[in-house]
Amino acid sequence: METIKKLIRKQSLEKLFTTLSASRKVYAPVFAADKRVEYKYNPAFAEVTFEHIQSTLSVKNVVFPKVENLMYYTNNKVDSTITDIDLTKIPEVVLWGSHPCDNSAYDVLKSIFCWDIKDEFFAKRLEKLVVIGLACHQSDAYCFCTSVGLTPNSTKGSDILLSKTKSGDYIAEIFTEKGNAIVAASSDLFEQPNNEEIVIAEVKQTFNHEQVTEKLKTAFEHPFWVANSLRCIGCGACAYVCPTCACFDIQDETKGKEGRRYRSWDSCGFSLFTLHTSGHNPREVQSQRWRQRIMHKFSYMPDRNESLGCVGCGRCSRGCPVDMNISEQLQALQNI
Amino acid sequence: MCENIYKPYLMVIDQIVEETADVKTFRLKFKNQEDADKFSFKAGQFGEYSIFGEGESTFCIASAPTRKEYIECTFRKAGRVTNALANAEVGDTVGFRGPYGNTFPIEQWEGKNLLYIAGGIALPPMRCVIWNTIDLREKYKDITIVYGARSVADLVYKHELKEWEERADIKLITTVDPGGQTPDWKGEIGFVPTVLEKAGLSSANTIAILCGPPVMIKFTMPILKNLGFEDKDIFTTLENRMKCGFGKCGRCNVGKLFVCKDGPVFTYEEMKVLPAEY
Amino acid sequence: MSNIAAKAKELLESNAVQVVIGYEVGPTGVVRPAFVTDSAKTDSFIYNENCLQNLAMYLTKHEVKHFGKMGIVATLPVMRSIMMLISEQQVVSENIVVLGISDDGKLLDFADLSVMHAHIEKSNLGNPTKDQERLAELNKLSIEEKFNFWEQELSKCIKCYACRQSCPMCYCIRCSTDCNQPQWIPVQSNTQGNLDWHVLRAMHLAGRCISCGECGRACPVNIPCHLLTMQLADQTYNYFKVHAGTSQDMKSVMSTFEPNDKESFII
Repeated sequence: METIKKLIRKQSLEKLFTTLSASRKVYAPVFAADKRVEYKYNPAFAEVTFEHIQSTLSVKNVVFPKVENLMYYTNNKVDSTITDIDLTKIPEVVLWGSHPCDNSAYDVLKSIFCWDIKDEFFAKRLEKLVVIGLACHQSDAYCFCTSVGLTPNSTKGSDILLSKTKSGDYIAEIFTEKGNAIVAASSDLFEQPNNEEIVIAEVKQTFNHEQVTEKLKTAFEHPFWVANSLRCIGCGACAYVCPTCACFDIQDETKGKEGRRYRSWDSCGFSLFTLHTSGHNPREVQSQRWRQRIMHKFSYMPDRNESLGCVGCGRCSRGCPVDMNISEQLQALQNI
Repeated sequence: MCENIYKPYLMVIDQIVEETADVKTFRLKFKNQEDADKFSFKAGQFGEYSIFGEGESTFCIASAPTRKEYIECTFRKAGRVTNALANAEVGDTVGFRGPYGNTFPIEQWEGKNLLYIAGGIALPPMRCVIWNTIDLREKYKDITIVYGARSVADLVYKHELKEWEERADIKLITTVDPGGQTPDWKGEIGFVPTVLEKAGLSSANTIAILCGPPVMIKFTMPILKNLGFEDKDIFTTLENRMKCGFGKCGRCNVGKLFVCKDGPVFTYEEMKVLPAEY
Repeated sequence: MSNIAAKAKELLESNAVQVVIGYEVGPTGVVRPAFVTDSAKTDSFIYNENCLQNLAMYLTKHEVKHFGKMGIVATLPVMRSIMMLISEQQVVSENIVVLGISDDGKLLDFADLSVMHAHIEKSNLGNPTKDQERLAELNKLSIEEKFNFWEQELSKCIKCYACRQSCPMCYCIRCSTDCNQPQWIPVQSNTQGNLDWHVLRAMHLAGRCISCGECGRACPVNIPCHLLTMQLADQTYNYFKVHAGTSQDMKSVMSTFEPNDKESFII
């Protein structure tokens, strides 16, 4: 559909939020006790923040939960049975106030979960997701969306995108029928847009992702990987806070004879990730695993999935205990 | 309801063959006839086999697609799932997802000689294509199988080795590592590369299919090159740790290629440009 | 040039070590570990009150060990980690040179490990004051309240294992949680799985934790998981009057049995 532009006054946001919360799951950012920003289902509107730069964790969990049941089983030797998951029970979720980088990530995840054969667990959750995005009016030193082809007000992935105006009201751009349905249901809250200027964060471009992708084609054996991953401790923090990291594990968990097979987040940073039963490990040391992380996002995915595995949110760098700053590394890679 | 790509078929263990002290072959039949009717696969493909409660494990389908109504798998007791599988009995229900991965291009091999070279537990991933081409025997010229194991006790498919040996239209060379022979061992004694070298084989109009431990591959490749095999005529099947089997879980890739989607079958020509991540 | 930079330069120039592990400031102003192998590049080393990361975890890292002999900038927790690693035979003392840092940030001259040993002996070996105070607060709670506190905190855990990976004493090539025959700890991150993991981690560090607090600092979701290991550090001291990481030949507290050991914990 054609984009529709409306204005919503700051005092009307609460009405919109509570209307949505009354009948749906609304997932919105709040400040936790320790000042981190986290998303919560149906918080009180007073708790919801419009001033956060970035939540600690991404919001990929709405389409790719950290643990997802794939089936139930009974293990009874001869009479073992399996029971399917009823995907029709997946509820509609309204994602409120997520930034353009996070919203762009759903396309990236889709390029992983739905290339070749379609993963219905992911696809169904995405289908049931309505995104009311919030353009960024502030940024920090870790943000680099402009280096990966996005902007602080990219519209990709949003059904509605809110952009703050100088007076504190919001311009709502409506891109999809899903978004339109929300606006139509609260049409009294939306006005014709005025010409007031919107406030958009400035994010300086630090590298050219196409050049990085080009460089990586021949960089597999480059000494860069060892030299630049010495301080990497091999935890999964970067992968788990990342909005586009989609690697997962599949495990069974049984109580008595009943159990479930589930998938859970996994990380290429762990040595166990690729360890063969024989003890052989194709990615034996951390430098190889760090290389895999960068290669996957900036070389293999553009090549195989026609998407870039990074949206420039900077969470991996903010969350890294040893300051493995990805944008710094990509700048360096561009020039090797 | 939508299709759940992680949901396995329910299979019944129809037959168990104890190949060696820690290797077993299962014949699995579909519990539901509709599943059996719509199931088909090609030589070289693999699947995810599971004991509910223990998880899934990846191995190639070891039976030939020309044998309908069942699939077979051969595995060594090594990790959690294979240990649980090894404890299963005839009549037990197990899970199977598949087939996944690419295939040996056996149609393109028609009219050629086939040289199969396998070491140890690497014969099972080749057994499917071996039987497939034997079942279509008239389409191929000479079929030679070179198979080696550490000891006589470690040779798998002993009954089939005997059958192949007795057939006039198959040349079978079996070998065991020095010291691995028994008093009545009539095969060769020596490592696969050495035995291959003195077997007097030719690369003319021949496809080589090779699978074995890395050290065997390392020493066999120069011999194949000396015999004049071109890289595109040497095939192998790779393994990497896998979970999903269809290019999503992210762990089996070798460079940009997924072993589960682009493999497991690769030519040496393709392998040469891959980074050593397998 | 700072004292550390000069000392590192000297060590590299004389080939006494092939790499020096210290601290530098990254482009966003964050202090982080640095590895210098070239004597001309030691100027990037800094030391200030933000240099808190326990660098000793790198002494067992493959790519770092690969350089050869290692020089390491070491505050008290790092020194104690080194002692623990030597006593557990993970680090060979001949392979390291310690650039000690005093509590007030001065470079210490350790001619050999016995000097470092003496320095550790006269240092304050209890938990850092602010952590000890927090533990005291927690210890005032009832069992239910304590359980609720930890249940709440650990529900945030995403099983990224930054706590394990950042700990110098968690050097196992294959962690118990990565073993699956049997699967001791649920793989998934749920409250039960998280609780199991953190209890297992803390128990494996009982008598081995040197109270650096690195696990808590590394946690991306701010779980104060260092309080678990510090509580055990405190308790092992109360029981056995031994602080971890005080000598290179100390016996492991939890796997050494003495006839006069207190057995009051046996029910």
